[in-house]
Amino acid sequence: MITLDHVSKSYSTGAPALNDVSIRIEPGEFVFVVGDSGSGKSTLIKLLLRELLPTSGSITVNGTDVGKLKHRQIPKFRRNIGVVFQDFRLLMDRNVYENVAFAQRVVQVPSKQIRKNVPSILSVVGLAGKYKARPRQLSGGEQQRVAVARALVNEPPILLADEPTGNLDPKNSQEIMKLLEEINEKGTTVVVVTHNREIVNSMKKRVITMNKGVIVSDQKEGSYIDEI
Amino acid sequence: MRFSTLLYTIKQGFTNIFRNKWYSLASIATISACLFLFGIFYSVVANFQYILKSAQDGVAVTVFFDEGISDERIAEIGNEIQQRSEVDHINFISADEAWNSFKDEYLGEYADGFTENPLAASANYEIYIKDVSMQASLVAYLEEVPGIRMVNQSEITANTLDGINRLVGYVAIGIIVLLLFVSVFLIGNTVTIGISVRKEEINIMKYIGATDFFVRCPFVVEGMIIGLIGSIVPLGIVYLIYNNVIGFVLNKFTVLSSILKFLSVQEVFHVLLPVSLVIGVGIGFIGSFITVRKHIRV
Repeated sequence: MITLDHVSKSYSTGAPALNDVSIRIEPGEFVFVVGDSGSGKSTLIKLLLRELLPTSGSITVNGTDVGKLKHRQIPKFRRNIGVVFQDFRLLMDRNVYENVAFAQRVVQVPSKQIRKNVPSILSVVGLAGKYKARPRQLSGGEQQRVAVARALVNEPPILLADEPTGNLDPKNSQEIMKLLEEINEKGTTVVVVTHNREIVNSMKKRVITMNKGVIVSDQKEGSYIDEI
Repeated sequence: MRFSTLLYTIKQGFTNIFRNKWYSLASIATISACLFLFGIFYSVVANFQYILKSAQDGVAVTVFFDEGISDERIAEIGNEIQQRSEVDHINFISADEAWNSFKDEYLGEYADGFTENPLAASANYEIYIKDVSMQASLVAYLEEVPGIRMVNQSEITANTLDGINRLVGYVAIGIIVLLLFVSVFLIGNTVTIGISVRKEEINIMKYIGATDFFVRCPFVVEGMIIGLIGSIVPLGIVYLIYNNVIGFVLNKFTVLSSILKFLSVQEVFHVLLPVSLVIGVGIGFIGSFITVRKHIRV
């Protein structure tokens, strides 16, 4: 499903952001990637989304060698990966329905199908009654739910969540993680990049710990490692 | 691409205009201001050149014939001159017509003392040229034609008119190019600001898996509509101003109406309308296309 084989990534200045990283994530897994700022988590996400290319090594996602993708092939590749960001990244001038429908329009789903799919996914994330609301009228947790609905409406096999609880209070954080767990139980591979210790420790999932661009720990039912 | 997707992206272009109404208004105002200046400037230059052309049309070269030349040879010479590419049209003035005209103009009743035509050798062709810059080559040719005794030309008038015409042409091109550069710069900046504000939106689209076309189309449609409105507004204003100003000048300064001939608003808009529309829509298209490209590589 996701394979990183001896992947390094260097920027023009400073130490490499990733240094000889090898990871294998199987279909249907739920994986936390944890680490402090500068550990290489964000670079990892950008590489998986083909926003960046590795300096060396190879990355395979859903059988596609990411490094060999041409620019015009990137959109189709990304449609297989749902993404959730810390800052939600919703279109603030559109309502909940439009934000989710937007992801379907991008992949050219017929309008009739969109009218069916969007309410369905909104009910999965518990926002069926708020489809007309604008993002500003929602709480942080609700906004993140919209972002999750948008990421999932096209039924991607993989969901990447970059600090999904970073802007949420503990209660909303728990709810979002519960939602991600439910989604994972339905078969979607979920990769969550986070530094939320409580959540990682409470969920007993696979935890990959990174520090200064290298993997320092990969635990099957792991916990957050503080001191490395 | 699905037809419904194409319709959606076009619809988004229209929606964006209302969604970002202040930005849209600023862009329309910028394009309008530039094209308004262009329209006014073009109207002035077009009229100036029209007036000059009218003055040039009055410039003629006159040829006189050898004494005793036959009427057939005069007709032959007339045909040869008429064939020349420089020539617009010619008028034949017979010796009698020349005398009558001279009498009427200068002598009046004193002319009765003349029993014979003193201007017997003054039959001539008035040759009107298409363009005064061609006068020198025509005169050089006429001086070599057998049967022609003398070629009269107004070299100073021709050269002056030709010089002014060229000068106005160069200045006009210079100012128009300058105006276009200023327009592109101002509009480019406005579009850049507008798109930078929506950089986030472009990023989201790209992360979701939108193709470049899908991202770009609404922006380009928006740019073209803004360009279209931005060119229609100044065209309307110039149309109103032009009609009123020409009417005012001709009414207020009636003496000018016999000297100066202005182009009708239809004649001015025959060129100004398509050029302004193409510039407005073109700038909107190019500006948004280029600026989106900067942000699309995510």
